[in-house]
Amino acid sequence: MSLLEVKDLHTSFFTSAGEVKAVNGVSFSLDKGKVLGIVGESGSGKSVTAYSILQILTHPGKIVSGSIRFRDEELVGKSDTEMREIRGNKISIIFQDPMTSLNPTFTIGNQLKEAILLHTDRNKKQAEERAIEMLKLVGISEPEKRIHQYAYELSGGMRQRVMIAMALACEPDILIADEPTTALDVTIQAQILELILDLQKKMGMAVIMITHDMGVIAQICDEVIVMYAGSVCERGTADAIFYHPCHEYTKGLMRSIPDMNDDDKKRLIPITGTPIDLLHMPPGCPFAPRCDRAMKICLQEKAQEYWVGHDQLSACWQNVKDGICSTERPEEEEEEKEEKVKHGKK
Amino acid sequence: MERNEKAFTPDPEYLLQVRNLKEYFPITTGFMQTTMLKAVDDVSFDIRRGETLGLVGESGCGKTTVGRTVLQLYKPTAGEIWFNGKKIDNRANLKEFRKKAQMVFQDPYSSLNPRMTVADIVAEPIDVHQLCKTKKEREERIHELMNLVGLNTEHATRYAHEFSGGQRQRIGIARALASRPEFIVCDEPVSALDVSIQAQVINMLEDLQTQFGLTYLFIAHDISVVKHISSRIAVMYLGHMMESASANELTKHPQHPYTISLMSAVPIPDPAVSRKQHRIVLKGDVPSPLKVPEGCPFRPRCERVTAACAKSCPAMREVAPGHFAACHNI
Repeated sequence: MSLLEVKDLHTSFFTSAGEVKAVNGVSFSLDKGKVLGIVGESGSGKSVTAYSILQILTHPGKIVSGSIRFRDEELVGKSDTEMREIRGNKISIIFQDPMTSLNPTFTIGNQLKEAILLHTDRNKKQAEERAIEMLKLVGISEPEKRIHQYAYELSGGMRQRVMIAMALACEPDILIADEPTTALDVTIQAQILELILDLQKKMGMAVIMITHDMGVIAQICDEVIVMYAGSVCERGTADAIFYHPCHEYTKGLMRSIPDMNDDDKKRLIPITGTPIDLLHMPPGCPFAPRCDRAMKICLQEKAQEYWVGHDQLSACWQNVKDGICSTERPEEEEEEKEEKVKHGKK
Repeated sequence: MERNEKAFTPDPEYLLQVRNLKEYFPITTGFMQTTMLKAVDDVSFDIRRGETLGLVGESGCGKTTVGRTVLQLYKPTAGEIWFNGKKIDNRANLKEFRKKAQMVFQDPYSSLNPRMTVADIVAEPIDVHQLCKTKKEREERIHELMNLVGLNTEHATRYAHEFSGGQRQRIGIARALASRPEFIVCDEPVSALDVSIQAQVINMLEDLQTQFGLTYLFIAHDISVVKHISSRIAVMYLGHMMESASANELTKHPQHPYTISLMSAVPIPDPAVSRKQHRIVLKGDVPSPLKVPEGCPFRPRCERVTAACAKSCPAMREVAPGHFAACHNI
């Protein structure tokens, strides 16, 4: 049984201009101790999916339908008081910008203790000890001194470490990381990613990593979900998605990233057109207006998810046309295994 | 590439030559107290005609300041800038230089005036330098420029907020092209854009370069993008130039310890390669530019630090043909 099971989630923002379907039928499951990556461009609904899980959507946003089961317990429909037991305790989140998500008027020790006091039986003194222990764990030097400092006194990388310490203080089952390294430099990004992976292994929690950077996904994720305009294009293991992309959008995305090992500077192949306007969604596949291989059916009807490999699902009519997909999950083939090894060597 | 001569004679092979450029900003650090923030400290480089020089480094390393100082948006504290064999030091030279050198900014949202129509934004350099005599000529030129960057000329009367990020960056590029420049500073032109749009803009910049023989100074922090577009790459750290070489050489065989760790930190979009990749994770943060360590600025984070590093700041020297690095221990 999965730790987290999201089924056919629809989240909309009811704005004055009309309903914006930010998340449009997303399903996935997350197992204990796994790192799941959600990748997509801005407006693809990756953050809103995460916010829906924690029900921290801002005003015009609402979960319209679908189910989110955590440890076989339905989260959709829970009251705010009930959700508070889960947020920061069982499921934690770290945000992109550590400066705006820390309160500038409280010391970081104060903010760290808040979650500990709220969710555990520790008293103030024990909470402070725990806060120092957490800061030490995320690699902050002189934690006894740091807990009396304010967010502005710390560098960007340090602030993100504090956010991670805060999120992990109650030993959650799931850590949601919403673009945790986008605002950081590459050398600091490497530090933070290593820290998250290290703590994930130590504490045995599951991680949902939301990012737009395929490089970050390749570095730390076991499984990947590719999203576009609120829908899941493709999901599967990282190897399957990177070496055997089956959705036209994933393929296009891979082609448009410059290759570090390409010395001849081959021309990039961009995805044509502009991102979709979520207020005016086409009836068919959301990617169809930008897709080079769009067929008549793509514009009329959204494809459902079909199995294209032992551990890969893809929602693209092209696979149906080419006859390389099925509604049943195929057995893992020997050839496939060999192929994986081959690709791994490449 | 980097020479330190007293009397400098320009080389006609190069379009832009920068010598010992310094840019210090006075910062108020207390009551009646100012400290000099050395944003750019003794940087020299050359760019060949039609070439792209990529400038990489972490935030706060001074790469944007280099771009802006080269264009004289900031008055250099010290140093010389030679463009087309002429030293940019008087008003007459500067006016000509401003026409021939343009800039594309990082943020397509704040770099376009929300009260101006696209036509007026694009035509601003034309108006400033009085390049078109009649209204008709001006309008034709605007349409020509909009076509060049793939914008619909029917949208000329619209305002910037009606466009997406990628389209706005196209407007910014059209504006930069309006005065028929030879040299463009691209300051993180694609980092605010989505991956699928990035490739469109990169391809367009490459096409424009071939079409008009443009020379770029391409500033970015994304090394795979810089590698793709540049012929040479220079690496900066805390206002100092650390290493420069051809794009392939620098990414394949970095010599400076900072560049080596920078390259190893770049996430590669390939799980198998990524798993095997040996990462050198640098300890600590970049020091404050107000308190640059004495000697080599990279000293406190360097793995190969020796006693010599604290004594003097290493100068750029040729470590392989066409490959320069500033390190005592290579």
